[in-house]
Amino acid sequence: MTLWWIGNAVLLLAVLPVVVYLLHNVLSAAKSIVPSVGQIANAAAAGSKDLDATALLLTTQDQVRQTVAGVAAYGGSLDVILDDAEER
Amino acid sequence: MPAAGVVTIVAVVLIVLALVYYLLNTILQLRAINQGLDEVIASVGEIVEKSAPVNDVVGDINANLDAAVSALEGLLVKKAGMVDAVGLVDGLYPGAAAAGFRDFPESREIEAPRISEVYTRGTLTLARLGREAPIALGNPAGPAIRDPAYGSAAARTLYSAERPSRSPVIGTDAPVVYEPPKPVRTGRFRRS
Repeated sequence: MTLWWIGNAVLLLAVLPVVVYLLHNVLSAAKSIVPSVGQIANAAAAGSKDLDATALLLTTQDQVRQTVAGVAAYGGSLDVILDDAEER
Repeated sequence: MPAAGVVTIVAVVLIVLALVYYLLNTILQLRAINQGLDEVIASVGEIVEKSAPVNDVVGDINANLDAAVSALEGLLVKKAGMVDAVGLVDGLYPGAAAAGFRDFPESREIEAPRISEVYTRGTLTLARLGREAPIALGNPAGPAIRDPAYGSAAARTLYSAERPSRSPVIGTDAPVVYEPPKPVRTGRFRRS
């Protein structure tokens, strides 16, 4: 009977507090993850929205090609108009 | 039932209640985390999808710009000569002479003439176009407006008062020698 009481005391004074302590820590850790995940989700959504402008890169690409073609045409004309340095 | 048995049952019930309470809350939090991660994965998928063509497009843009830079550098060196070309670029972009032209590694060794200290920007090019360009001779619209042989006389008419003295002479044989240039590293002609 004495051992039974000792077992009860251990159960109430040691096992129960330890179980509560450990579970409380697990719950706190899980709760702390939720806002972080929310922030990551918001950041990812904002990053995705920022990348909406990447479609304009195709326009930039086309304009760069046209600009380079124009520069090449001007360069060709200048090559004809101006004397070479070695010829002067 | 002995009192010890009742206490044991109460203790076990308390432990089970604690387990149920905390584990249920933990499950709820984990479900919230799972839902948040689903949103993250969706957004990350969009990012991956939207950024997929960026590499190719930027590579193509860079290739076109590289070709333009090479062509313009070659044209400038061909028309102005290596020394004047380096001096002109250094005048427009102080410190660029140290980097030199990409397709002309020997240009890094050239001491840039300080064209920008003598001429304003574009003056050299305009003067060359006005005085030396043969376009006026072959103009199909009629005779040249400016006589290329006496271009300075036409230019003199542009000044309401007395025209300043002739363009200064630069180079090692210049009558006026300026102080040595100060090293300037503030500008970049192009990316490295």
